[in-house]
Parts: sequence; structure tokens; C-alpha cells
Amino acid sequence: MLLDVRDLRVEFRTRDGVAHAVNGVNLSVDAGETLAVLGESGSGKSVTAQAVMGILDSPPGRVTGGEILFKGRDLLGLKEEERRRIRGAEMAMIFQDALSSLNPVLTVGAQLAEMFTVHRGMSRKDARARAVELMDRVRIPAARERVDDYPHQFSGGMRQRIMIAMAMALEPSLIIADEPTTALDVTVQAQVMDLLAELQRELDMGLVLITHDLGVVADVADRIAVMYAGRIVESAPVHDLYKAPAHPYTRGLLASIPRLDQKGRELYAIKGLPPSLTDIPPGCPFNPRCPMVRDTPCRTEVPPLFEVAADRGSACFFWEECLHG
Amino acid sequence: MAELSKNDEREATPNVSEVDVVDAHSETEAVAAVEAPVDRGEPILQIRGLKKHFPLTQGILFKRQVGAVKAVDGVSFDLYQGETLGIVGESGCGKSTVAKLLMNLEQATAGEIFYKGQDITRLSGRALKAVRRNIQMVFQDPYTSLNPRMTVGDIIGEPFDIHPEVAPKGDRRRKVQELLDVVGLNPEYVNRYPHQFSGGQRQRIGIARGLALNPEVIICDEPVSALDVSVQAQVINLMEKLQDEFDLSYIFIAHDLSIVRHISDRVGVMYLGKVVEIGSDEQIYDHPTHPYTQALLSAVPQPDPEAREHRERIILTGDVPSPANPPSGCSFRTRCWKAEARCAEETPLLAVPQRFQGGDTPANHESACHFAEEKDVVHAA
Repeated sequence: MLLDVRDLRVEFRTRDGVAHAVNGVNLSVDAGETLAVLGESGSGKSVTAQAVMGILDSPPGRVTGGEILFKGRDLLGLKEEERRRIRGAEMAMIFQDALSSLNPVLTVGAQLAEMFTVHRGMSRKDARARAVELMDRVRIPAARERVDDYPHQFSGGMRQRIMIAMAMALEPSLIIADEPTTALDVTVQAQVMDLLAELQRELDMGLVLITHDLGVVADVADRIAVMYAGRIVESAPVHDLYKAPAHPYTRGLLASIPRLDQKGRELYAIKGLPPSLTDIPPGCPFNPRCPMVRDTPCRTEVPPLFEVAADRGSACFFWEECLHG
Repeated sequence: MAELSKNDEREATPNVSEVDVVDAHSETEAVAAVEAPVDRGEPILQIRGLKKHFPLTQGILFKRQVGAVKAVDGVSFDLYQGETLGIVGESGCGKSTVAKLLMNLEQATAGEIFYKGQDITRLSGRALKAVRRNIQMVFQDPYTSLNPRMTVGDIIGEPFDIHPEVAPKGDRRRKVQELLDVVGLNPEYVNRYPHQFSGGQRQRIGIARGLALNPEVIICDEPVSALDVSVQAQVINLMEKLQDEFDLSYIFIAHDLSIVRHISDRVGVMYLGKVVEIGSDEQIYDHPTHPYTQALLSAVPQPDPEAREHRERIILTGDVPSPANPPSGCSFRTRCWKAEARCAEETPLLAVPQRFQGGDTPANHESACHFAEEKDVVHAA
């Protein structure tokens, strides 16, 4: 197993109390595999990614428990110095907003070359040549002429390609992409996802795709983990989950998106709002919004992740009912 | 209205602060069965040859115009009473500028906007004010479109300051509470501030403000794109319910093609300041004839993993050209796989393609392409 996250817990100390952003998350990704982590805002999906990368804002954030095993080593036990060496070289991250993730006063060539001078100790000339190569590889037209351009001179799609080039630079074995195409137009989104999938195949990388978009997940993921209020409520191979969701939250999400291929009737709407992370309801965190809720055990006990089938789990006491009903 | 107040009680309980829209299901379904307008009558809005060119200037003291960004470049369409016209397109295609022009927030460079036969681009003063009452807008970002220093009551009641004839002074508070109730918020919230509400609730406040003056047309510019999936459905359902209740006409601008299909009766596709294809939702989604529409539809990720191996993807190369320097002829030709010499020389007009004219086919709708051809990319699995 390339990445194995076990019972990860993250808290944020805020003025309004302690926000429990991640509450016992288990995830695993193999080489060459794509895992989608799906959730709405505030579900803890990005915080999980930041904890794995070791770029959590702390304080106020703090990992309070669990293990992050990367190639068998627990990253949480490493010194910051050692983690920095892994970051970029062995695992890399792609962010949603390429414009604010790139340095506006440095040319893209300089930023790409930095990967090689810092991590690989290359000369500036060699590093520059590698930067051009990388830009070619992510199909930026006229890479040689554009290597000295600044980020603002590129379009949104091109900037995201540069982000991908930077993440790929040192051929890491794991990429975490946090909403990589959310800010892009749909035709450009298709180009970027295509490129990402191609590079992943080529380098046999593990990919963790963090997203809220059920369409993107269906297009690229092998497995999917659905997060709600800092917990994984359902995890399954992607085909199984879309065919028959085993958690009422997943079922609600799938029913609430309009379809492109048919004119639907009224949309199903999950009632209410996701809970505040400082005030997660007792019992199952989804119980105030759940159409299948029962007083016991839903409002009193936190459901564990039940095994629905091999490689498939649901954190619902009534998953059987949900799966067949 | 009885149903709504019932929901409000539930809203007071913690964690269930948004209305359960599912309850209204049976009611709206009944309405949906009755619709299907046969005679659409006179359009309420007629847009003809609308253009907005932003000048590009050079020099500090003696500014001279060196060019123009053609944000909207000759757009024509009609909006009928009670219908929803969806406008889709990528960023920079001019869809938001169209919204601003319709609101008269930008002065059109050329073209006309007829509201019930009256050209509003030429109006000013009192006449313009009277027309504006009937055309209102709901904005994209519920976080920046509400003044954080005003209470919800003041925000929703502000339109009454400008149009006092709608609600006399003493009657305003009651009116505002009524509006809150209509959009599914607790009328007791009138003294709260925007930051005390979630994104979905703020968008409801924005909708209530849009409804305050009993308008006939509401222009919605990306009204749900800032919201989470589960909240999006609540707001869309509310907008559909309000449309039936108040006989509203919507212009619904969005980049999410699935949502536009869901809510729209007719859909227009924009590219680089022009409408390239327009028709009923079925004509556009199931029988598109313009290559850009086909590419756009084929690129939408669909929530169906079974289909991904068989789907035909049209992946466009390159980016949208700059509207300051659009290509000659057809503006899509630089990214089009069908482009020929003719496309560079002759600008295709938005009209029913000759080969489909008069035919009893869903391809019989307006499309601005010399080589228009029907292709079902959505169901091609």
C-alpha cells in the first residue's frame, strides 16, 4: 500500500471552541490507483489532504491522533526536515487556484527550475532545460518561448498545467489534487483531467482527487470515499457506489444533481445544512438531515464503518435498507 | 403559504435551518402537469442586435482608442412570459455583460432591448425607473452581494425606498416579513445580519430582495454556483416554485449545463460575444447542431461511471481567443474540427440551417454554423 491513513484526527482551536475537522478517517491508495474523496465544504476533505501533506496551518490546526503511513513509514513520527524532503519529491499537491499558488513575481520557468535546483542540486542551466521539457510534457504550446513568462500571462487552463508540471517534476509516487479543475471552464477541465490521467498512467502514481463534483468522480476515480462532518460515511469502488449507494447521504447527493441527458422532475433536496464542526450532533452526524433516521441508535450512537462487501463500507446502521430500498 | 409556515417551525430547531423543500413536491408536480404553453403570445423582452464594446485606450493625457473588447457582439433573442431562458457559455463569452445590459447597468454600444415593445436602452429618468421596477436581478455571490452592515430587513426593504409606491412606509416591515416567508426563511429573522446566515440562506435573501417590487422578469447570474450540491437543489426548487406562484420570467445565466437544462424551457449557447445556437432544451441538449455546443456538452462530466469507457469526448484544443481580437469569419473556427476556408471569410448567421428548414426534425432550430449537423453527444454511449 502506497498511502495508508489510519484513524486520523485533526482539530482546530478557534475562538468559538474546538472544531473537530477530521474525526477518525481511514484511507488507502495504491500505486496507479485513483481515490476520490468527495464532500461538501466543511466536510474535512481538504484538511485531510493538508494533514497528509504536512502543510496544516498549525496553530490553530493540530493532528490529535492516528497514523499516516506512506510506503510503510509513519509520517507523523518524522521530523519536519525529513517531511520536507518527502514533500515535492515523493508526494506532491495540486491546488485549486493556480493563480494564487504560483509566485506572481517569478517567471514560471524559474519556479519550475527551483524544483530541480533545490531537490536535485542541479545547475541553473540544466534546471532551466528541464523546466522547458516539463512544459512541453504538459503540452504548453511554444514552451521554449514561454518559459520566461510570468503566471499572469497564462490563461487559467495553462496555469493549471504549470501546477501539474510542478507537481510532476520530480516524478513523485503520490499526487494529491485538491479540486484541480473547479475554477476552470468545462472544455478546459476536460483537457486538464485528461492530461492528469495520462501522466498518472505513465508514472504509475497514486492519485488522491479531492472534489465535490460527482461528475468528475464518475469520470476518473477507481474508488471513492464520501466524507461528511469529518468522517468517512461511505467508501466503495466507484461503479458500485453509483449503482447502489449504501448511505442515505450518498443517496441524497446522487438524487439532488440535475442530469444532462434528461429533463428531470423536481430535484430531491437534502433538507437542512451540514453541521458546524464545533457542534457536531451526537450519534450519527447526518441524523438531523436523514430521511431514514430512527431515535435509537441514530441519535445516540456513532455508527462505525460497517462492511457492506469486500472493499466496501458504510457508516449507517441501516445500510442494508438503504442499499436495497 | 400554509406549507411554508409549517416549515418555519421546524427551522427553529438546531441544524435544520434550511427549509425542507421536498415537502412541496406534490404541489409543484401538479403545476408541472398543467404547463406546456401553446400560444406564447408577445415576448416580454425582445433583444435585437445588442452590442457592448469596451474601448481599449492608449496614452495618459490624450487618450485615443486603439481597439475594443467586443464583450457582446450582436446578440438577439426573445423572452416570453413565464418561461425560463437559459444562457450558457464559458467564462469571457459575454453572458454576464448581457445580464448587465438587460438591467441597464451598462450602456449598450448598439442594439435594442424592447420591454413590452418599448426600447429601454433609450429611456432615462422617470421612464427608466418605472421599467426597472419590473426587471430585477439575483447575483452570483451571496457573500458579497449583501451589505454586511445592513440588517436583512433593510436589505430586502431597500427597493421600497426607491419605489415607495409599492409599499407605503408603515407597511414595509410586514411586506419584508411576508417576503422572508415566501422564500422559506423565518420572518423573525428580519433584524439579523447577513453573516448570521449560511450561503443557501443568503441566496434566499437575495431572491427575496429581487422579488420585493413584484417584478415580471428576474435575471439570475450564476445564482447557485457558489452553493454546495445539497443546498443547490433547495434553491433551484425554490426558484421554480416562485416562478409558478408569481408567473415570473427568468433569464438564467450559468456555466453548469446540467442545471441549465433542468430549469430552462429554452437555452442559448454563447461563444465570444455571440449566440451560436438557441432552441428548446431538448433541441439543444439532445439534437445540437453547432460544433461548439457539441464539444461543450461532450466535455461535461456525467455522474455515470458505466458510460465513461464508451463516451465520445470532443476535446477542444487551445483556449478561447481574446474578445479584443476575435478571429475573422466564424469566431469558433480556430478551435473547430470542421473549419474550412469559408469559415474564415464568411461569418455564419444565427438562423435555422437551410437543410433543416421546414423539416419536422428537432434539428430545426437556429444555429450559427455553415456546416451545421445533428449529433447527439449526450446519449452517445
